[in-house]
This record gives sequence, structure tokens and C-alpha cells, in this order.
Amino acid sequence: MATAANSLTHLERLEAEAIHIMREVVAEAEKPVMLYSVGKDSAVMLHLARKAFYPSPPPFPLLHVDTTWKFKAMYELRDKMARDSGMELLVYQNPEAKERGINPFDHGALHTDMWKTEGLKQALNLYGFDAAFGGARRDEEKSRAKERIFSFRTASHGWDPKNQRPELWNLYNARKNKGESIRVFPISNWTELDIWQYIHLNDVPIVPLYFADQRPTVERDGMLLMVDDERFPLQPGEEPVMRSIRFRTLGCYPLTGAVESEAKTLPEVIQETLLTTTSERQGRAIDKDAGGAGMEKKKQEGYF
Amino acid sequence: MTEVIADPIYKTDALIAEDIDQYLKVHEHKTMLRFITCGSVDDGKSTLIGRLLYDSKMIFEDQLAALEADSKRVGTQGQEIDFALLVDGLAAEREQGITIDVAYRFFATEKRKFIVADTPGHEQYTRNMVTGASTADLAVILIDARKGVLTQTRRHSYVAHLIGIKNIVLAINKMDLVGYDQAVYDEILKDYSAFAQSIGIQAFTPIPISGFKGDNITGPSDNTPWYQGPALIEHLETVEVNSATDAEKPFRMAVQWVNRPNLDFRGFSGQIATGTVKPGDAVRVLPSGKTSVVTRVVTLDGDLDQAVAGQSVTICFADEVDCSRGDVIAAADSPPQVADQFEATIVWMADEEMLPGRAYWLKVGTQTVSATVQQPKYQVNVNTMEHLAAKTLDLNAIGVANLSTDKPIVFEPYAQNRTLGGFILIDKITNATVAAGMLHFSLRRAQNVHWQATDVSREFHAALKNQKPAVLWFTGLSGAGKSTIANLVEKKLARMNRHTFLLDGDNVRHGLNKDLGFTDADRVENIRRVGEVAKLMTDAGLIVITAFISPFRSERDMVRQMMQPGEFIEVHIDTPLAEAEARDVKGLYKKARSGELKNFTGIDSPYEPPHDPEIRVDTTAMTAEEAADAIVARLIP
Repeated sequence: MATAANSLTHLERLEAEAIHIMREVVAEAEKPVMLYSVGKDSAVMLHLARKAFYPSPPPFPLLHVDTTWKFKAMYELRDKMARDSGMELLVYQNPEAKERGINPFDHGALHTDMWKTEGLKQALNLYGFDAAFGGARRDEEKSRAKERIFSFRTASHGWDPKNQRPELWNLYNARKNKGESIRVFPISNWTELDIWQYIHLNDVPIVPLYFADQRPTVERDGMLLMVDDERFPLQPGEEPVMRSIRFRTLGCYPLTGAVESEAKTLPEVIQETLLTTTSERQGRAIDKDAGGAGMEKKKQEGYF
Repeated sequence: MTEVIADPIYKTDALIAEDIDQYLKVHEHKTMLRFITCGSVDDGKSTLIGRLLYDSKMIFEDQLAALEADSKRVGTQGQEIDFALLVDGLAAEREQGITIDVAYRFFATEKRKFIVADTPGHEQYTRNMVTGASTADLAVILIDARKGVLTQTRRHSYVAHLIGIKNIVLAINKMDLVGYDQAVYDEILKDYSAFAQSIGIQAFTPIPISGFKGDNITGPSDNTPWYQGPALIEHLETVEVNSATDAEKPFRMAVQWVNRPNLDFRGFSGQIATGTVKPGDAVRVLPSGKTSVVTRVVTLDGDLDQAVAGQSVTICFADEVDCSRGDVIAAADSPPQVADQFEATIVWMADEEMLPGRAYWLKVGTQTVSATVQQPKYQVNVNTMEHLAAKTLDLNAIGVANLSTDKPIVFEPYAQNRTLGGFILIDKITNATVAAGMLHFSLRRAQNVHWQATDVSREFHAALKNQKPAVLWFTGLSGAGKSTIANLVEKKLARMNRHTFLLDGDNVRHGLNKDLGFTDADRVENIRRVGEVAKLMTDAGLIVITAFISPFRSERDMVRQMMQPGEFIEVHIDTPLAEAEARDVKGLYKKARSGELKNFTGIDSPYEPPHDPEIRVDTTAMTAEEAADAIVARLIP
């Protein structure tokens, strides 16, 4: 990404900004952590962290708030990336959700709430992290578009959109009150296309599920779901069908819809992304709750 | 009225489908423009942004379906698509139909990528506009063609100019509602030009548009055949961004973090604010002043031969120089200044008013120090630009005040370097960001130079001459008549047995300041030196008359600061540009207009007229003799 020209390209500007943000956090926070969801945005964020602190390894651990319902391929890449980056990997699973057997098939919205929202709060409290990097982007969703790069959460992890600190130039105020923590979004200003192009230019490893392949699928409620393993309970009459599919976004596998695709390489994936007519989060059930304000409401409750 | 069918901007669709590798190559090299849109709901700001996203195909089918449904349910455009709904993000805003915070939007065209900061326009949200403007390369100021230049237009323009945005677009919107009438456009343009010049905005790009109908957004509109300029997107795609000029300034990098993985490696990480750096460069670490030589510019992708402004890098030195977070690494031969007392513009952003004398945290670059702000010298009425007396600043107020820090900080004037000149103030109790500020200059008396006491005091010098020392500071455009009138004033004072000295701009540039050119930085230094000389002369008891264009308000104020209270008398020789140019005594305007002469005040370099000079001379209303008499009468009643 080095350049001799005096004008940086858009990706160079975004990369420099993200690195600047990460270094500010490391310099000013007491105990930072990077939330790592194994998706493509996390992959880029992790790569940027390695750049920011090279030749040192990033001076904070990776935290995966696990729901036990991720695709198998995601667990494989997660463990490999932690090894390669020389970072400590913390995996947290909400013990209550585990004990009660909360799952996306029987519990719907409660699944997200307990495993992810509650799990994240518990993990941050358990380890006492005061700053957590997240890979959210402002172009993803309307309420994200207004969130600061340094986003403060109350002791109960709530977000108050009306009471955000002004954020000027590249000066970040990382001072917090007792009990407060900060969610930091270093790739706030990246778009989906930026993420893909950066992965392409930097050979950032991503989960193979982003590329098209023949996979067993069933169609349910208008979504194309992948039958990853025996955890997927088939409904009467359902028969997995092999289709060439890929994922534009990776959440918990039963909650994430696939798209039929032949895109097997990154340029093909990007091509498809650019020519597509639906937005990236369209495959996610989470945004559709509570009218147009689904995500804003979840964030106020402590969702990332 | 014909409906304009907007040209889709994504003409590259075909390229994406046919040759994705080629498309990616093109996209990889796109530059980025960050801009802010200023205007209130009524100006159609959200509609314009919605239109930009729509025309650049940043709206997907599922979003469009939701938009159509929302438009019918809560929209304000009847059965038509209400683009504003795309942009107004938070639930409260959707309900109230207003924008209350800064939201960021993204779109790209064939040539560039854009980040739009969408901020509310009401006075009570000035802080949000300042926030959005702080990272912007350009400002789009919206005017409702039916209403013309309003108070809010002036406020938005002032704030954009204050934050240092050099590229201003005046989008005269809702042209469809005034029948695309050129006379309406011309009238607004005339009004705005006069205002813009009065606050120091030298150049702006006016465009007649309709955000709702799509006129002059992506390409020329058939409805405005009388308009020959670029469409909005065309302009945004081609305007030059600041980062290129930042690279040409001297090297500065604020150290964020010391990278020390093992005993063999010690690097200093930061984002380059200005200039370039390469192995072999001599650098100076501030505030200590220690020097070293750069050995490596380290990145994960390998060492760089050179890094430029904007890049985040890690630098290694040839020797073990002390350097840590908060220090600034700079070009050894032109380091920034270090000081602990400043004049600054402050934008107050908290509900609780500013308390002069209270200690706040001040963060500038990577330095955080304790700072106290004095009572403001004045507050600016953001609607009229008037200076008002103020004891404090409350929410959304903008004022000028002196401040002092508990230890010296490395800084540069904001106009030269946003990173080392822009700061925030943080409340020590609540930890909230309570203000943003821009450093103008250090107060010279702050520097740790000790004065040698002399027995013959300045009062004695003055008494010996039987006069009160003063500086008559003439300012005005080239050709305004400064030198002529100043010369007459000196003659009249000499006849009255007053001890005077006339410092003339051209004469000083032959000697004391012959090493200075006409860039903004050199103009500032020119005035600083003249100020210091004038100050020494007042110490000697003289009445000093200076005749310099002195185009910048901040430098004239800096000189005012140097003098004893009441001794600085600002004399604005007020001659309209057209008049001065018509006289063109030295033939300089002609040269400037032909491009032969660069950085000429009034043509391609700004002139900031004084807000409230002690004396204002309207040369179109009186002769030079009359003016000189009036000035002398004011000095010696």
C-alpha cells in the first residue's frame, strides 16, 4: 500500500485513520480488547491491528463472544488467525444460555439477546476490559451512521445516542467515568466495497464460506439456509439440496441467509457485490425487528 | 415543467460486468473527498444527500422498497419518494422530521469516493456542524432559492471558514420552485459574494440545483441553459483536496506510541501531519529539541523509501534519543514552536458554560496538558459576525480568548497545521469534551526569555519627547492609498514637533524582510517582525506609522497584543477592490489578473477587513489630505 505520490488513495487514507485510532486506544486505555467475530470486517480489523503495531504483535487479546452456533469453518479460521498473529484468544460463552440450551431454532430473538448481547456484557465485565474494538461500519445501517468512533457505554453497557461526545479532527477523548467503557470502531468510515477491495489487495485471510461452492441447503421463510452439520434440525418434508451458494455476511449459521452464486474468487465476489440489488444486511434477521429501528434499539440495550 | 431524468453516475456498470479486474484497478487508485453539507431541513439538505445516494446507486432494492413504503407513511412529498427519509437515521428524528446529529454517508463515482458529514443547521447545533466540518475537505452550503441568503447561510459560511475549509460550494437549491429563473440565481449570487468577501472567503463555487428534481446534480440540466459551470458531482469529483498541499509543508509527526517489542527495536509510531519523511532525514524531537537522523520507516509491508502526510508509520532513529508519546518529531531545520500561552478561538460545546480560570484538560495532537482559559476577549455573534463583550461562553458560543497551559506544548497556528493547532478541552470532573479550539499564535511574553532591566524606562523615553507613544497601523488592499495617507500623516505630525517613524511595507521588504515572500506563512512572519520593530520603537517613545497590507485579522490582532493597552490604533484604509484595481498605481493588479503575479491580496490571496478598527477611512468619500487630517485629529485631539 506504500505510495510515492503525495495524494493518498481512499484506501490508504482509511487504513491510516484506522491505525491512528488503534494506537490512540492502546496509548490511552487501561485494558483494551479486540472483539473478533471471524467475519470479513473482523478480518480486516485484525489485519489493520497487525499493521498498526508491527513489529510488535497487537498489544491486546482477541475476544470471541461465541454462541456455539457459528459455522464450523469460522471456528477453524478463528483458531488459525490467533496463532498466526501471536495474540491471545479469549472465547466466551454465556453459561446461562449454555445451560438453558438457547438456540436459534427454538428461541428466535432470545438467542441473539442471551448469547451475543448478554454474553458480550458478561465477558467485558469478567475481564474488566475498558475499551473494546469492534468492526462495525457506518454504511451498514442507519443508526450506525450516527455513532461516534469512540462510543461510550454506561456501566450497564447502554448507548445513549443523544448524549454522544463531539468528535473533532482526529482528536479522540478516551477519558471515561468509573464504570463506563468504550466501544471503538476503527473501520467506521469503510464501506462494504472498501472491505472487499482491502482484503483483495492485502491477501487478508477470510472464511471460505464467502466464496461460492456446492453446499447442502434448505429454503425456509424466504431465506436460503446452509445445513452445516447435525446441529441443524430439519423440519418435516425438508430435504437438503446441493446448491452453489456463498455468504455475504456471516452470523450464526441458522440466522444467516446464503445467496446462490458462482463467485469463486475475490474479484468475482466483488463483481457480484457491486451488481447486486439488495443491501448486505438484508440476509440478517436481526435488523427487521421493531420496524425500522431494530438495530438502534438493540444497541441501546448493549448489542455491539 | 419537465421532469429531469438523472443520468446514473455509475456509468462503469458495464466495466464491472465485463472486466472486474480492470474496474478494481481503477477503483483502487481513486482519491477520497470528505465534505459537509450545511443547511437546515427546509433547504432540502437531506433530500440532496438522498438524491446523491440514489443517483450514485447507493440505494439497494430492499432499501428502496422500504423507502417507498416509508414515504407514503410519514413522508412530506405526498406520493413521491421522500429522499430525506434515507438520511434521517435515529428514530426520534424520523418522528420529528428533523436531523439532530452528525451522520456520515458514503458514495462513490467513477472518479472518487465520498464521505458526507450530514449535520443539522439550526443555531443550537453549531457544535455539531463544527464537528462535521473538522474532518471535511469541502463544504456544500445550501440556499433555498425562494429565500435567498439568510442568517443561517451566513452562520454556516462563517463556521466553515472558521474551521479552515478552503473549498466552498454554494448550492442554490429548489431552482425548480422559482421557475429556473436566472435573475433569482444572479441576485442570490451577488448578495452572497458581498457577504463572503466581508468574512474573508475568497473563492466559492455557485451551482443552481434542484435536489428534488435532480437538476445540475450529475450533469448539465436543460432547465438552466444559462448556467455554464459544472454540475455538483462534476465539481466534487475534480476539486483538489488538502492532503496534497499538506505534503509540501515541513515534516511533523506527533508520537502516539513507542514500539518496543524487544531490546533490538525501538520505533516511534504516529500519523504524519505534514511533510514527508525518509531514511537519512535530520529530525528534531520537541519539546526537548534533541536531534537525530531517521534510519528506517517501518511498516508490515516492508520499509518505505518515503512516507507522506496522512500515512501512519513507525520511525526509527540512528541514536537513543529520548522520545515518547506527546512529543513531536519534526524536520530538524524548521521545527514548530513551543509555548505555554496562546490566543485561540474556542467553540463551546457543553451545556455547562465555560468557567474562566478553571483548569480543563487540553488535548492537541497526542499531548494532553492542564489548561486554563481567560475571560473571552469577545464572543462572535455567529449570525451577524459582530464582536460582543462576553464574560463566558455557553453552549454553541464561539469566542476568542487567551489560554495558558501548565507546561509548554508543541504547536503551530491552526491555519498552518490542523493537527498541531486544533485542540479539544475536556472537563476534569465529567470527562466530557466541552470545547473545540484553534490556536492562533503564542503570546510572545510567554516565552522563557528573561528581560534585562534598563534604567531609562519607556515612560522616560516618552516623557523626554513630550508625547504618548502609539502605533498607527494602516491596513488595506494594495493601491488603497495607505502609503500616500501615511506619508501625509507623518508630515503633519512632524510639523507639530512630534517624533515619528514611518515603516513602509515596500521599504521593509528591501531590508529587514527581504528573505520573505508572499505566501500566507511569509506574510504572517512579515507582520510579526514589523510588529516587533514597532514595539521597540514605542518603547523608545516614538509614534510609529506602519503601512502594510497586513491582510490577516489574526496577525493584526497579534500585533495589537504586543502593544501596551490603547497604544495600537488600527486604521482601515477602506477602498473597494474595484476602485483599487482601477487605480492600479503600480500596475500590480494587471499582473495579478494575468497570472504573472501570484498570491496577490484581493485577487488570489485573501484580505480580511477589520471588524471594528479604531479609525476607518473611506477613500471614496474623502481626499488623502482630509483623511490625514482626520487621523491626526483622532491621535492628537
